Amino acid sequence: MTISNQWQTICQQNDLINDSGICVLLNDNQQVAIFYLKSTEQTYAISNYDPIGQANVLYRGIIGSIDEDIVVASPLYKQHFSLISGECIQDKTMSVDVFETRIVDDLVQLKVT
Amino acid sequence: MDTNRIKILVIGNGMVGHQFVESMSASNKACEITVLSAEPRLAYDRVHLSEFFDGKSADDLALTTGEHYDELGVNFVTNEKVTNINRSDKSVTASSGKKYSYDKLILATGSYPFVPPIPGNNQEHCLVYRTIEDLKAISASAKLAKVGVVIGGGLLGLEAANAIKQLGLETHVVEFAPQLMAVQLDQSGGNLLKRKIEELGVTVHIQKATQDIVKGDKCRYKLQFSDGTHLETDLVLFSAGIRPQDELAKKFDLEIGERGGIVINDLCQTSDDNIFAIGECALWQNFIFGLVAPGYTMARVVASQLSGGTLQFNGADMSTKLKLMGVEVGSIGDAHGKTSGAKSYIFENQISGVYKKLVIDEDKNKILGAVLVGDTRDYDTLLQFSLNDMDLPESPESLILPQSADTTPMGAFELPDSAMICSCHNVTKGDIKQVIKNGTTNLSELKQCTKASTGCGGCTALLKTTVDKELLALGVEVKDDICEHFTYSRKQLFHIVKVEQIKSFDELRDKHGKGHGCEICKPAVGNILASVWNDYILKQTHLPLQDTNDTYLGNMQKDGTYSIVPRIAGGEITPNKLIVLGEVAKKYNLYTKLTGGQRIDLFGARVDQLPPIWEELINAGFETGHAYGKSLRTVKSCVGSTWCRYGVQDSVGQAIELENRYKGLRSPHKIKFAVSGCTRECAEAQSKDIGIIATENGWNLYVCGNGGMKPRHGDLFATDLDTKTMVRYIDRILMFYVRTADRLQRTSVWLEELDGGLEYLQQVIIEDCLDLAQELENQMQTVVDSYQCEWKTTIESPESLKRFRQFVNSESIDSNIQFITEREQIRPATPVEKKLIPIKEL
Ligand code: SRM
Ligand SMILES: Cc1cc2nc3c(=O)[nH]c(=O)nc-3n(C[C@H](O)[C@H](O)[C@H](O)COP(=O)(O)OP(=O)(O)OC[C@H]3O[C@@H](n4cnc5c(N)ncnc54)[C@H](O)[C@@H]3O)c2cc1C
Ligand code: SF4
Ligand code: FES
Repeated sequence: MTISNQWQTICQQNDLINDSGICVLLNDNQQVAIFYLKSTEQTYAISNYDPIGQANVLYRGIIGSIDEDIVVASPLYKQHFSLISGECIQDKTMSVDVFETRIVDDLVQLKVT
Repeated sequence: MDTNRIKILVIGNGMVGHQFVESMSASNKACEITVLSAEPRLAYDRVHLSEFFDGKSADDLALTTGEHYDELGVNFVTNEKVTNINRSDKSVTASSGKKYSYDKLILATGSYPFVPPIPGNNQEHCLVYRTIEDLKAISASAKLAKVGVVIGGGLLGLEAANAIKQLGLETHVVEFAPQLMAVQLDQSGGNLLKRKIEELGVTVHIQKATQDIVKGDKCRYKLQFSDGTHLETDLVLFSAGIRPQDELAKKFDLEIGERGGIVINDLCQTSDDNIFAIGECALWQNFIFGLVAPGYTMARVVASQLSGGTLQFNGADMSTKLKLMGVEVGSIGDAHGKTSGAKSYIFENQISGVYKKLVIDEDKNKILGAVLVGDTRDYDTLLQFSLNDMDLPESPESLILPQSADTTPMGAFELPDSAMICSCHNVTKGDIKQVIKNGTTNLSELKQCTKASTGCGGCTALLKTTVDKELLALGVEVKDDICEHFTYSRKQLFHIVKVEQIKSFDELRDKHGKGHGCEICKPAVGNILASVWNDYILKQTHLPLQDTNDTYLGNMQKDGTYSIVPRIAGGEITPNKLIVLGEVAKKYNLYTKLTGGQRIDLFGARVDQLPPIWEELINAGFETGHAYGKSLRTVKSCVGSTWCRYGVQDSVGQAIELENRYKGLRSPHKIKFAVSGCTRECAEAQSKDIGIIATENGWNLYVCGNGGMKPRHGDLFATDLDTKTMVRYIDRILMFYVRTADRLQRTSVWLEELDGGLEYLQQVIIEDCLDLAQELENQMQTVVDSYQCEWKTTIESPESLKRFRQFVNSESIDSNIQFITEREQIRPATPVEKKLIPIKEL
């Protein structure tokens, strides 16, 4: 098994919840929300901070789709953030950071730059 | 270089200067645009400036970015104040000493706040309210201040007063005139506004002329008034009106008005053909427009002129609707009735604090103006009458009488195509019709392509009704599809789930929907599954369907913490339980408050604290109160016949019994009950979904009442019922509602929309005309029998408890959650305060 330096293991695959989110603490200061879509077996990771509601809550939002885009609705004021681009659908001037993810041997990893 | 490209130089990058850049870039005219801004940043949203104090940053307020201007190919220099115009060689000189040449020059220099010439007006903590820098200075000044005074009780002054009140200062407004907002309101409207604002804790001093600002005894300064009185304050904010920034025009011989302002014609041209003026610095027909919409129109006029178009400026409407400290105020046209022959209708409700005046012309034919304080629901309708010069209905007073507020805006009246729907972005009803004709029928797409309702937002409701009516007229079905993933309404989905015995969201989606669902259909389906099968709400397969409040079994607060509301059936609680609540709140440092539903709410619990707190509560005999769910909330009671000398039945006992019967029931929206022990109605039962009032012979049952946003009195459904019959009726009514109502439809709205109304409901429930009564009762009994306290089930399940962690990989807590102590309890720190608190080590 080879893991490049940039990939950081953040949790186990069984920490993920089908069609829902969890949150991990990265490097002791950054909160990252991780979502898992069961039907496509895809994992997504974005910053957990809701820049509109100004609280660390995005992992507690409902995930779903708008056309082809996969999104999470902030639990506070319900704006949608794309899990693919990080962009806020209702307010294009707002966005959250997006991280690349992968699963290796039951471990969930994030690409950290 | 391309000789066809004209050089356009814009001085000032305020809201209007920026709009000009956008409009000019959008025209396909070959030009080279250069923008010089005296401020350290590019244009920002001055209209929403006050939101800076709600935590919005300069970036949040920005209307554009350097990159965007780069993309448009627009040159810009910030911190570059223009000091000279050299008209002979068509160039300007700026503070940096640099020279810029132009073919066409646009003055968009806006205005500056007027500071009255009072001795002492230039001290350190005497400030104004116009730019982001001003607001930063106010924040700094407020830090060590206790008292703040705003001089000027106009629109901006009151907004400034709200801001310093939010910063925690004791707030005063000093106004020279005998009333507030003298430009927009008449005396009575001004008086009511004053009363309402004083109720909110701001002291208003009218007819006070400030003579001197001297050193204070208790505060930094003392204001001395001409009538010999004085007022001490730490901070003075001048908001005594604005003055056009016409300095350059004055110095370099462009014509200016007697009282200032750069004179422009209908093309927005100044006395020099190559120089234009737009926005708040411009004077058109001796009038300065202090609002953003007219400035935007001027910007579009100049862009049109320079690119070969013919748009002209014909004046603009100065009507305004706004919310000042939560008080709604509206002013339209000739609010003071100054037009000769003007007559008016006045409606005043001193009890609920509403004042409305309608000014009409001599012939009782047209609206001239209006004043609205305390309730602006009629604003849209009145404004449309006034802007479109529409003929008044038979009895004009109906436009401001209370019942007319119930009709949707403009519901009954037909607007002409020229009617302005969105004045911020200049969108008429005709424009909207055109876009719809071109195939755009979706509201949000429509907003995107017309920009309607993306400015101040004041036209949102009117836009929606207009679009709906237009679609209806075109024969387009206005669908009640729940969302883009299902082409069914909630009622239809309920039937499908029941008839096809569907047990999960995925199954329903695979058979009848598409995509991955969303925050609308998922909770709705979760709620239907719970109503039909009464499954444990946190079952793993249902979890992703729930809104955060249902997932975490608590209501999320603005800072991401949750509230805890244990059930206190009927509002009855033992001293021992009260002590437990107190002890738990103390142990976890929670904010404690009595709710409007006769129970106790504990606020400020982090997600990881919820399980241990609930464990302690459950051990002491408490259950969840379902404050988070679309479910039964509370059954309020009055003390009733046990203690009260007038009571005729035991209302407390009855309330407790009903609350225990229906607790946990999932429904389209929340359900509230109340039981009063006699006709004096101390439990306010007639404002509840189910209201019960004791009689000598039993109970009178009221249904479908509502408090909240649009109160509705409950309807008397049946009289003198015995307890058993009453419970059977309630079983049937609630289950019928659960089955047939729309998502998030309270019983009040459901009944209003039920074909046949109350009478039909009585036939279904009492006479059983649908032969459904037994089934409804059975279904309710299943729900009652399968009740479980969701919190109890949760803390007993290690799998569920895993949800209640901020981080799956760390025990740390969320360092963004910070509290401030106020009145001896915690409250969330505001964004501004958070910046001042050093972030705790993780
Ligand atoms: C806590 C409480 C205010 C208080 O401190 O007194 C409250 C708090 C909230 N109310 Fe309420 N309402 C509270 C009593 C009321 C009452 C009074 C009553 O129940 O007698 C009403 C009017 C009666 C009625 O509902 O008809 C009331 C009408 C509303 C409405 C408007 C509903 C409507 O049909 O117009 C909403 C908004 C909604 O539900 O969509 C609302 C929504 C809310 C929400 C859920 C807003 C939110 O999403 O955060 C608040 C949750 C706070 C929390 O975390 O607990 N609250 N709310 C009261 C809790 C009562 C309880 O013990 O459960
Ligand atoms: C707190 C507040 C709330 C408001 N609320 C509303 C509202 O609800 N609705 C509404 O319609 N309007 C509202 N307004 C008014 C609205 O903001 C103005 O009408 C609008 O900003 C005018 O735009 P403008 O571009 O003409 O002027 P400004 O926005 O003032 O911009 C002028 C710019 O030109 C710059 N400038 C001046 N001289 C020079 C020079 N010599 N060289 C270079 N640059 C120069 C200035 O620094 C400034 O940046 C509000 C205003 C304030 C302050
Ligand atoms: S009225 Fe209800 S919803 Fe509104 S702030 Fe108060 S508690 Fe919250
Ligand atoms: S009127 Fe301001 S957004 Fe439409």
